[in-house]
Amino acid sequence: MSDAALVLRQVRFEQRTFWRNPASAFFAFAFPVMFLLIFGSLNRGARIESMGNIPYNAYYVPALITFGVIGACMTNISMSVTIRRDSGVLKRLRGTPLPPWVFMAGLIGSSAVVSAILSGLLTAAGMLIYGIAAPRHPAMLLLVLVVGGMSFCALGLALSSLIPNAEAAPAVTNAVVLPLLFISGTFYPLDPSSVLSRIADWFPMRHFALALLAAFDPQGNQPGLPAAHLWVLLVWGLVGVTIAVRRFQWEPWRS
Amino acid sequence: MPAIAVEGLRKSYGGVEAVRGLSFEVAEGEVFGLLGPNGAGKTTVVEILEGYRRRDAGRVSVLGVDPAAGGRGLRARVGIMLQECAMPRALSVRELLELYAGYYPRPRPAGEVLELVGLTEKVGARIRTLSGGQQRRLDLALALIGDPELIFLDEPTTGFDPSARRDAWEIVRSIRTLGRTVLLTTHYMDEAQSLADRICVIAGGEVVAEGTPETLGGRQTAAARIRFVLPGGLDLAALPMPARADNGRVVVETATPTRTLHELTAWAVARELELPGLEVLRPSLEDVYLELTRTPA
Repeated sequence: MSDAALVLRQVRFEQRTFWRNPASAFFAFAFPVMFLLIFGSLNRGARIESMGNIPYNAYYVPALITFGVIGACMTNISMSVTIRRDSGVLKRLRGTPLPPWVFMAGLIGSSAVVSAILSGLLTAAGMLIYGIAAPRHPAMLLLVLVVGGMSFCALGLALSSLIPNAEAAPAVTNAVVLPLLFISGTFYPLDPSSVLSRIADWFPMRHFALALLAAFDPQGNQPGLPAAHLWVLLVWGLVGVTIAVRRFQWEPWRS
Repeated sequence: MPAIAVEGLRKSYGGVEAVRGLSFEVAEGEVFGLLGPNGAGKTTVVEILEGYRRRDAGRVSVLGVDPAAGGRGLRARVGIMLQECAMPRALSVRELLELYAGYYPRPRPAGEVLELVGLTEKVGARIRTLSGGQQRRLDLALALIGDPELIFLDEPTTGFDPSARRDAWEIVRSIRTLGRTVLLTTHYMDEAQSLADRICVIAGGEVVAEGTPETLGGRQTAAARIRFVLPGGLDLAALPMPARADNGRVVVETATPTRTLHELTAWAVARELELPGLEVLRPSLEDVYLELTRTPA
């Protein structure tokens, strides 16, 4: 079997595992959709003054895509890799001829599938239910999703390499990801001059959200690529790759 | 060429030597038992052979290849059953086996492997619904799916109840019919005795004995004991050879049990005596094992 065919099989396996696991299917997939239906309806017709009076949901849809993609990439990979490492599944896999990069490609490919479905679904729901405009720069949106998705997959692998065992995986992952999502304006619009927002500027979540908003561009004033945001995402992605390459382990940590 | 050759193998963890100059060979097609108490260094040795761990010193060859540099090619020829048995619980037995079959260049048909491990009727079941013993069988099926030339079984029955152990033994015997080489580690002496063609006993990271289950530790030539109940009214001194009383019975120790037994029975027959409970005892493999692996006080 060619390596490309192996990658496809790994993606299919990861997809099966993802959708059959209620925790991942619910938290990573159903949560963002549910948030859109609840908060989108509560704020229907509202506008955000600090952002040129754009409709609330024109902001909220890209913000929820941020939440969804980070959940499907970083949170999901961090938890599932840690749990599999700690239970010996990865160790067994390392004893087979499967090349490590094919395993990683399967994880990333599966996260990409979930991210793509979520992004499409949230965008379509925003347009159909709340009447937001279609993304103004679709190619830019795709680029931002790819760069952001890859970076958060790398960060997920990196984070898993810092978590000691399966019991700690959900707690540590959520403790890292959720506060950063909160202060990055993923759940409600954030005043860019606030202290929280200044802290969030150091982390990739905020820049992913702003780059997605730039691609949706509800005001029609995005001059070109949101280059600064993309650079921050790339740098964080490289940090993730570096940590993952140096620290990734196939075996449970010995106490 | 032997399937496995180990010479002067050494490995330390943080200054503690877990393996100290170990040497042994496993012939092709042989079931080789690495026997030793917990902490003897069995798993360290096996994990070096499997390519999970680097050695500090010594020469190691697995199927003619150094496992530290074997990579994908060697892993395709080897099947590994680890001590832990977790697997992706959401998949069905068939899905997992087919996934793993895809990793190998020439896999064995999934149906054949399932029959071998006795899981045929569970082919469509989700792994989460399997019992512990069934999951262990599936674990073994995964080690066999690539049709490996060499199979590592690291303590395959630890934690099993007696009947599950017997089942597992049957499965290992069925692997033998495939003509593959098997390296089995265990701390159960009866397991090694029942399954292995040859046994290597290790303790404290060193080989303390090697041989077949029959000859291990000089068992065939060790002193035998003849034991019986002394008929009523007789005294130890009446016997034709030196003997001692032990727990209501008489024990005669001898290096030549055939001759001694003949003298004893001739003596008894001449006096029309019956010797109740008469038996000839060799040191059991368990005696030998405990003697060999006893840590010096």
